[in-house]
Amino acid sequence: MSGVRVLVGTRKGAFILTSDGKRQRWDVSGPHFGGWEIYHLKGSPVDSNRLYASQSSSWFGQQIQRSDDGGKTWHPVCNKFVYDGVAGTHQWYDGTPHPWEFKRVWHLEPSLTDPDTVYAGIEDAALFRSSDGGQSWQELSGLRGHGTGPRWQPGAGGMCLHTILLDAREPGRIFIAISAAGAFRTDDAGKNWRPINNGLKSDFLPNPTAEVGHCVHRIAMHPSRPGVLFMQKHWDVMRSNDAGDSWQEISGNLPTDFGFVVDVHAHEPETIYVVPIKSDSEHYPPEGKLRVYRSRTGGNEWEPLTSGLPQQDCYVNVLRDAMAVDSLDSCGIYFGTTGGQVYASADAGNNWSPIVRDLPAVVSVEVQTLS
Amino acid sequence: MIRVILPSHLCALAAASREVQLDIAGPVTQRSILDALEARYPMLRGTLRDHVTQKRRSMVRFFACEEDISHDSPDTPLAAAVASGVEPFFIVGAIAGGWSDWN
Repeated sequence: MSGVRVLVGTRKGAFILTSDGKRQRWDVSGPHFGGWEIYHLKGSPVDSNRLYASQSSSWFGQQIQRSDDGGKTWHPVCNKFVYDGVAGTHQWYDGTPHPWEFKRVWHLEPSLTDPDTVYAGIEDAALFRSSDGGQSWQELSGLRGHGTGPRWQPGAGGMCLHTILLDAREPGRIFIAISAAGAFRTDDAGKNWRPINNGLKSDFLPNPTAEVGHCVHRIAMHPSRPGVLFMQKHWDVMRSNDAGDSWQEISGNLPTDFGFVVDVHAHEPETIYVVPIKSDSEHYPPEGKLRVYRSRTGGNEWEPLTSGLPQQDCYVNVLRDAMAVDSLDSCGIYFGTTGGQVYASADAGNNWSPIVRDLPAVVSVEVQTLS
Repeated sequence: MIRVILPSHLCALAAASREVQLDIAGPVTQRSILDALEARYPMLRGTLRDHVTQKRRSMVRFFACEEDISHDSPDTPLAAAVASGVEPFFIVGAIAGGWSDWN
């Protein structure tokens, strides 16, 4: 029987929410790693029992946890992330050089083909890979070393590599995004990288169309069409039809084009979702109404989805890794809020209900579709 | 026999009791205690001091005999009361800090 497992990372632990394919009744497990910040946890697409979790603490640093039984038990694996060679400097907030320093793992992306291979996006921004199930980590240092690294700068949340997209059709192709440096692509499995920010415009930069320095919040793709990318930037929702070589704005009739999340329907590659947030200084929904916006035309034309979501006095945020979709029919959409709610829609966004209401602030949401 | 008191987060991580007892051959120092602790509980590597520089993490503190010894050299011999197990070596998370600005 089909089902779903929703993996929720929060400021004070991880939670695992499971349901059958109807997605009406839920079992809640957790907190796992209570008291620790769980920036992200994600399952292998080729072994649903293999999960990886990023567990961190300002006091005691980084841990990587691994489960081989779908989250019932966990064990710590290697937490040693050492930059390759001389780390060098990037820009600090005021533009002065600042040494690269490891702070935490923001995102873990398991390989599409091998459960023992997993990528880690870290702060200060770099990409690491493990090919032994997390027992050791090596930097793919061509990213930091390709030449623009000294011009990268941190966003408000730190200089984080938060998005890792693997291309199922071209195994050597990986897209990543960094706040605030922009989007980058490799076509040779991480040896060589180049910025893919042509068409982005950021008014906080001295040159708003600079090659790097853009505060990309999130990128999403449909696995069947990896050349088409959707981006929620600091401001602006963007689209690329050529694997990031160029971008066009698709904000259209959104009430605000600031936000963090963007995702794609599992079966309709032109159906996309965002959650508009009022502004970069007011991280909550406009008018106190929590609305997911859906476009069925790949952007520009957006409709608000409100059924079951609070439409007054709601001032939560939805962080960049906190939306996911399942691949059941019909497609389920999930997102978590800084107010501790995880909302689910089993009908592609038409109707929503909370799975849980009172978790710690939700940082990340991932979904596994179980057969 | 050295007595080490762990903060609760690290007890959970290491699946250890709050007080851990270690046998140390040679001088009893912060470094030798941490070396022995990490040898028994490898998952604690990187939680108290940096993997590479071996410097104490900034929000970790070490107390013994009612003194803050966080800023002492890691190779300074500890008090005889610690070396004999009469007094424990406390590993403490600083009372402040911990908030991250997420986005």
